[in-house]
Amino acid sequence: MEATKTMNRIDQLFSLKRENILSVFFTAGYPSLNDTVPIAQALEQAGVDMIEIGIPFSDPIADGPVIQASSKTAIDNGMTLKLLLEQVKEARQTVTIPIILMGYLNPVLQYGMEHFFTDAAAAGVDGLILPDMPMDEYKHSFQEKMKSAGLHNIFLISPTTVEKRIRQIDNLSNGFIYAVSSSSTTGARTGFQPEQLAYFERLKSLNLKNPFLIGFGISNQESYNTACQYSAGVIIGSAFIQWLKKEGNSIGAIPEFMRQVKG
Amino acid sequence: MDYTVNEQGYYGNFGGAYIPEMLYPNIEELRESYMNIIHEPSFQEQFHQLLRDYVGRPTPLCFAPRLSERYSARIYLKREDLCHTGAHKINNTIGQILLAKRLGKQKIIAETGAGQHGVATATVCALMGMECIVYMGQLDMERQRPNVERMRILGTKVVPATSGNMTLKDATNEAMRHWINHPADTHYIIGSVVGPHPYPDMVARFQSVISEEIKAQLTEKEGNPFPDYVLACVGGGSNATGAFYHYLDHEHVHLIGVEAAGKGIDSGASAATTALGKPGVLHGSKTLLMQTGDGQVVEPYSISAGLDYPGIGPMHAHLFETGRVQFISATDDEAMQAGIELSRTEGIIPAIETAHAMAVLKKMEFDTDDVVVINLSGRGDKDLETYIRWGKY
Repeated sequence: MEATKTMNRIDQLFSLKRENILSVFFTAGYPSLNDTVPIAQALEQAGVDMIEIGIPFSDPIADGPVIQASSKTAIDNGMTLKLLLEQVKEARQTVTIPIILMGYLNPVLQYGMEHFFTDAAAAGVDGLILPDMPMDEYKHSFQEKMKSAGLHNIFLISPTTVEKRIRQIDNLSNGFIYAVSSSSTTGARTGFQPEQLAYFERLKSLNLKNPFLIGFGISNQESYNTACQYSAGVIIGSAFIQWLKKEGNSIGAIPEFMRQVKG
Repeated sequence: MDYTVNEQGYYGNFGGAYIPEMLYPNIEELRESYMNIIHEPSFQEQFHQLLRDYVGRPTPLCFAPRLSERYSARIYLKREDLCHTGAHKINNTIGQILLAKRLGKQKIIAETGAGQHGVATATVCALMGMECIVYMGQLDMERQRPNVERMRILGTKVVPATSGNMTLKDATNEAMRHWINHPADTHYIIGSVVGPHPYPDMVARFQSVISEEIKAQLTEKEGNPFPDYVLACVGGGSNATGAFYHYLDHEHVHLIGVEAAGKGIDSGASAATTALGKPGVLHGSKTLLMQTGDGQVVEPYSISAGLDYPGIGPMHAHLFETGRVQFISATDDEAMQAGIELSRTEGIIPAIETAHAMAVLKKMEFDTDDVVVINLSGRGDKDLETYIRWGKY
């Protein structure tokens, strides 16, 4: 059976491309419940390399006001994890770039972890980012199950993560590592300070097994270019959601936003 | 059965540290150092000196003659309401601020619901000359105006939490976000036995002074450190943890936790977590949690802002699951009536949180020689508005 399994789309992406990768995060069911699929399609058409879809949660402690508000709207719109998986399945009829689901552990726990791994993989999900899942719990309870479902688990590291732990995370990771650019909630800062550049430099010099993408604080061409000098690419979240929220911006104009970022 | 926390930070199936990587270094620092710090003789000396001279401990264990007659038992009240600032909350804030000092932190943040923990934190920050920010739900700021002003008089900045229902859960979210953004110089003083390990254990240890004193006081008064019953209200569960702590391994002592049923358990407006909750993860630990089938946290309701929380501490979840503690609930009305009853029979106006614990006396049957200890966790001054609005006295 192993031989017939297709390569995870995240691995496919990184096997072809190791620089200037652009991954975009948006919240499922935002601005409207049925926007998830058209946004995913528009992002792929705009040349985005990877999509991260946020699972809305009532208490997103690592998120700033922009993503908090989008999560609340999505929940009010009626978004659920079950519906999100149906939308991913629908998006997969056309979308071929990697799709990652990102969210807090509780909705996934209520769905049932093992069912969730199976159903997410069947819907066409390639990886998960669950920022509040402890590393030990992943190792002891979920690593094998995710692996057999064909899902990658993406870990976060931050400027305060010590080298020993970065190495542990690197050993447990598949696909890539999500390097948070500053100790902050999402959307809290724009642009980079010298100490952040020093942190990127330090990460680069560690020669990790996995490529890393830089997220948090990427909002425009300048920060995109800077981050890409040190990493395999970037993740944009709050800036995109902010853009979606703005009066007059529509899904059809997404390629224009991406052109502004990539230059 | 082991009721205390294990090496990995779990109480049976509950507990742990479910936190984003940005908080990992802070939690790891606490986990590695808290036991060593709180066992240092100089820490213990300073902690107990402040509890004695500043907080006013030991608090009395007061026999309640008229209540005892009414309910045909020997009822004692543990007078945490007589602590400086009016509730047990300060036992924990004294401990944590001494810990924060030893960790070299310069700033303190806290969350608060009714404002009692906020006031207790603002108080110790003034005492220690430390900068303090307290997050409080905007709705709670309106409900508990006097406590907001008390914090401000003490020099604390009170920041409204404007997300969600704008109550305790949302204030906790905001405090955690602040900590993510300021990890290096700031210590977060969590007010209850909730949050990621080691917070539940740390807060439990600081509050355990309550049952330590009850044991000594009962020995003196009854010739036996073990009562037949200990009753306490449970929101997050810090006063109950303190009152139960030294009795957990003595299974012949019946431990009763009282939750807020709000307008009734099945009314859709309740905070009775053991009755309505399922295992889940919130604010850094796995515990019982009121939530929808899709895993969204349900906004709780209680007339008492201090019990208005959708979860309980992971130790209580374990004590519930193992049956070591019996959980009962009291509605808004039952609690308010019990608050008036205590005022009239013993001359003590209790906090509405505490009144929930008093309310279950009516639901229990005692033998006349049963020794019953009720943890009188706070005084009712802050709740005068609510008593007046309720009006039936």
